[in-house]
Amino acid sequence: MQIKDTETGEQGAQSAIPFWHDPGKRSIIFQVGVILLVGLLGYYLISNTLANLERQSIATGFGFVEKESSFEIGESLISYSAADSYGRALVVGVLNTLIVSFIGIVLTLFLGTLLGVARLSTNWLVSRLAAVYIEVFQDIPILLQLFFWYAFFYEVLPSPRQALHPFAGMFLCNRGLIFGIPEYHSAFKIMGFAFVAGCGIIYFIRRWARERQNKTGRDFPVFKISVGILIGLPLLVWLMAGAPSAMNVPVLKGFNFKGGVSITPEFAALLLGLVFYTAAFVAEVVRAGIQSVSRGQTEAAMAIGLKPGQVLNLVILPQALRVIIPPLTSQLLNLTKNSSLAVAIGYPDFVSVAGTTINQTGQAIEGVALIMTVYLCFSLTTSAFMNWYNKKIKLVER
Amino acid sequence: MGKKAIESVQQSIKPPIAQVGLIGWARTNLFNGWLNSLLTLVMLYILWQIIPSFVRWAFINSHWISTSEQCRDSAGACWSIIPANIRFITFGFFPHDQQLRPLVAMIILVVLLFYSQNRRHWKKSLGWAWMIGLFSMGLLMKGGLFGLASVESNEWGGLPLTLMLSVFGLTAAYPLGVILALGRQSKMRVVRLFCVVYIELIRGVPLISLLFMSSVVFPLFLPEGVTLNKIFRAQIAIILFTAAYVAEVVRGGLQGMSRGQFEAAESLGLNYYQTMRLIILPQALKMVIPPTVSVLISAFKDTSLVVIIALYDVLKTTQSVLSDPKWMGYSAEAYIFLGIVYFTCCFFMSNYSRRLERELYTGN
Repeated sequence: MQIKDTETGEQGAQSAIPFWHDPGKRSIIFQVGVILLVGLLGYYLISNTLANLERQSIATGFGFVEKESSFEIGESLISYSAADSYGRALVVGVLNTLIVSFIGIVLTLFLGTLLGVARLSTNWLVSRLAAVYIEVFQDIPILLQLFFWYAFFYEVLPSPRQALHPFAGMFLCNRGLIFGIPEYHSAFKIMGFAFVAGCGIIYFIRRWARERQNKTGRDFPVFKISVGILIGLPLLVWLMAGAPSAMNVPVLKGFNFKGGVSITPEFAALLLGLVFYTAAFVAEVVRAGIQSVSRGQTEAAMAIGLKPGQVLNLVILPQALRVIIPPLTSQLLNLTKNSSLAVAIGYPDFVSVAGTTINQTGQAIEGVALIMTVYLCFSLTTSAFMNWYNKKIKLVER
Repeated sequence: MGKKAIESVQQSIKPPIAQVGLIGWARTNLFNGWLNSLLTLVMLYILWQIIPSFVRWAFINSHWISTSEQCRDSAGACWSIIPANIRFITFGFFPHDQQLRPLVAMIILVVLLFYSQNRRHWKKSLGWAWMIGLFSMGLLMKGGLFGLASVESNEWGGLPLTLMLSVFGLTAAYPLGVILALGRQSKMRVVRLFCVVYIELIRGVPLISLLFMSSVVFPLFLPEGVTLNKIFRAQIAIILFTAAYVAEVVRGGLQGMSRGQFEAAESLGLNYYQTMRLIILPQALKMVIPPTVSVLISAFKDTSLVVIIALYDVLKTTQSVLSDPKWMGYSAEAYIFLGIVYFTCCFFMSNYSRRLERELYTGN
């Protein structure tokens, strides 16, 4: 027995461990295998694709971007006509996606927070209603909701002649939502500058206030002053310009409205669907975040004599936000991705424009690649921001 | 003795009427403080504005079984659109005389789902039952064997299509997702890189771009002469999409496993596959059952997106009923009905996941 052992031992020392028993070597072999497999699959697909493209004589490359698009787009933030290039059409699409996502995110944050807080309300009725809302809107597919709102605009709302008129200067009809805006005045530009300047001033006030608090311990009402500056500066400019208050109010002329700003039914339906759907998820995120801060924190904060506003600002929110922000960003990203469903109700977002481009040029691969790249950019930017934010608010333990 | 006396006193003095019963309940839950009272009143006012007119529209002035002409004259809802078109909405273009088959397939699925609800039934035999069930569902839909007439899959539609896309989608996506999650946790760099790129790529793009890909790009990938049915292509897109989300859920479970489990398995002399199959996965997968159910729910809701590539799922069949001039203009009724269908399914699933969460909660 012993002899045998030493014999094998000697053999083992002479001829090294067989490579299939060496985890290091085995893993290298396995990885090479995986690379080969993926490479072969890729080669197979690409060669098939190239053969197919040649057979169907489909052009390749992104040359089409500079060609004339020759299709119209319903709404656009920049000037666009059918004579413009595909590239410009795609930019119009990206901008449309961005604008609907941006407005959607702002409204969703507002409605979602409201619902999340309402869900936790001590008022039975409010909390029940919020719960019903959350459950119902989470469980119905977003596409169905979009169709519903779209049908609401086209079937339920009256024609412009009988437009609903909830308050002065605003009309709701099957052409969308039309409302009055202030007539353009050169003072508005200066008001914008005043607002930006106000932001700059606030930044310095905050820094100064924090330094002073660190040195002397005395508090400075930064929030109140900030609000005052942000509202006051533009207001001052407005008053100095003679308070221009002319309004561009929509009026019914013939079969449609003239003047004012109109929101198309497609845009409104998409916005309503996205906001109502995502707000239900955001409400759950907000509720979980607030609940994650234990009751003892509030009590401790009150015990050391903080005012209710300070309790919320200095104790509850910083802790709740740490829980809320990561799932919240993923919900808001979902909203951006779901805005691609615009194609189903005819709002010209990026996917819709890219789809038309694919149909006209036949260059499906490039089109789908463009769609994926644009959305990947959105996601990657967001997750980069998330990582930065997480690092910033991570608990620093001693 | 003292205790008894206190008890008898407690029994004899009843609490004030304003603290118990309906009034007491309303005072503590609806009217505690002026803000809450105001909120309650505002809410009641809004409900008062909405509910009576809705009830009048939906129940009192409504038609339930009538022709579309009768509906045109009334101000109420026209629910008749549903019973009049229920067969088309549910089964789409499936041959009219064969529609018993998808019905049976759906019943098999529902029975299996209900049977699987109870955790006591989770045995190996249940797995076999699912295999047989899924196979017979496919057989019932496709036909061509045992004397069943063959039905082309482009004639499939309606609710069976929705259910099949989600059930087959998840059954196939689950193992793929587990593999991806394991790959993402692997020590092998290349494998990890591929898995991370795949997962992040898929999670970064909307499902609709994958569906576009399935309808316009997949055909280019296939060698000449080989074609793949549109439904299968969409199914592949859904599987690829869902797998990435399953992978992230499973990764959560794997990361939740304590280091000791791996070490214990190693010291027993188990290799990687044994460790995963016998020790890690059974625990990790059990831990993530609730989030897995939410992935199932969103997969179920997401199947409605196949409308955009013109597959006749239950949403598309409803839409084509609405484009019939006879029934045009009753979108609200049709969509509300469909919303109730989706809501019921999702509500059961999410309730079930909440129950499981409670049952599986072991207190740490």
